[in-house]
Amino acid sequence: MKRELTLPIDEARTRELRVGDILYLTGRIFTARDEAHHRMLEAREADELLPFDPSRMALFHCGPVVRKAGDGWEVIAAGPTTSVRMELFEDRFLEAFRPRIVIGKGGMGARTQAALETVGAVYAHYTGGAGALAAGRIERVEAVHWLDELGMPEAAWIFAARDFGPLLVTMDSAGGNLYRDLEPTIAENMKSILARIEE
Amino acid sequence: MDEAKIRSALVDAMRVAATQLPSDVVDALRAARERETSPLGAAQLDAILENVDIARDGSIPMCQDTGIQTFFVEAGTDSPFLGRLKDWIDRAVVEATDAIPLRPNTVDPFTGENPGDNTGRYMPFVNWEIVDGDEIRITVLPKGGGSENMSTVKMLPPGVGLKGIQKTVVEHVVSCGGKPCPPTIVGVGIGGGADIALKLGKKAVLREIGSTHPEPEIAAFERELLDLINRSGVGPMGVGGATTSLAVHVEVAHRHPASLPLGILIQCWADRRAHVRLSAVGTIEVTR
Repeated sequence: MKRELTLPIDEARTRELRVGDILYLTGRIFTARDEAHHRMLEAREADELLPFDPSRMALFHCGPVVRKAGDGWEVIAAGPTTSVRMELFEDRFLEAFRPRIVIGKGGMGARTQAALETVGAVYAHYTGGAGALAAGRIERVEAVHWLDELGMPEAAWIFAARDFGPLLVTMDSAGGNLYRDLEPTIAENMKSILARIEE
Repeated sequence: MDEAKIRSALVDAMRVAATQLPSDVVDALRAARERETSPLGAAQLDAILENVDIARDGSIPMCQDTGIQTFFVEAGTDSPFLGRLKDWIDRAVVEATDAIPLRPNTVDPFTGENPGDNTGRYMPFVNWEIVDGDEIRITVLPKGGGSENMSTVKMLPPGVGLKGIQKTVVEHVVSCGGKPCPPTIVGVGIGGGADIALKLGKKAVLREIGSTHPEPEIAAFERELLDLINRSGVGPMGVGGATTSLAVHVEVAHRHPASLPLGILIQCWADRRAHVRLSAVGTIEVTR
């Protein structure tokens, strides 16, 4: 189902989202790759106050290309990065900061799936490499955190987005998982492929 | 001034590569869209094609991962520019990072420091090939991290033969799922040694989609591999569908009797490349 959502969204609304839904998001999105995840988890351990509220935003696995424009920033390209790198700590991150929507590419593993179910969040796939398309849906850069410390790709960028999508929900809070659903078909196909090679 | 002109042509080539997908790749993506029966896979291809148009029309990078700038140089031994070319390439990369702009992607593995201009130890990397003549031909290949992470080398026991190679390639590509941003281009390097097989794989990726290996037996092997991979159902971005790879290109070297090195190089759908031809008198041409 196609759904136009405005952020922030609450837990109950998120729990209604299902694998196969196509989302278009309007509101704030923050980027975080490996380093920003580490930085934010360290802040949590040190009881340090974050400069923004991740629970009211979507988390975007993205290292954008941005350029200085006057006093602010202009987003040039901002597609998703491979999410599974964040599998090592995404469950802790979700439990600590409770963003309701995780945007990335390629899907994530069992630990993240379990955390999505506990926290009430979904994983939404954005077309890999579609950096120019994504940049067009970002209205402005509201802030950037830890830029000097982490560098452009790894910093946490806060974007104001409009109709950011299409985002395909591939992992939901009810245990739905598109990648897992595909596995039996692919395994079946592999059997016939290997049989063909052996012919 | 030769230097300024050549440097600016190199910057142009990096801009062309980052912003304009070569027409052979666009055609292959359109054909994949026509064939696609999975609605989810088709939606991924639609987003890719829309993204490609936006990037070309706005002259902006099609992907935020503008890659590691890699250069393949066929260096004519009589070119008067050989001695200075590496320096010009280095400077052009710094200039291109600011002008296009490119994402600063080079990071020191020990300190984590990012110099911010896509240079560093060995970077940008130049592959040199010495050829006859007085012309220099350069191919720019900005290679993204997501697909490069899925590249691998396997040292197979020679006894597994060609069937063993096919099995290993298909199993590897399928196990990558959506991670390397399919539909991919798969470069397969066979023989030589571990490093040579990978290098051949990368060289194979440079070939245009639709080109076939000049040797019929190897060309048939490429077609079979592509067909086998696309029977998997992994599909665009791994969400399921008919096209997992757009092309398989194979390059072969003779091998040691005890070894069967197999390099598998994965390139994402954003198969970005551009070419520069530099004549001995300094005329220069940039093409996709």
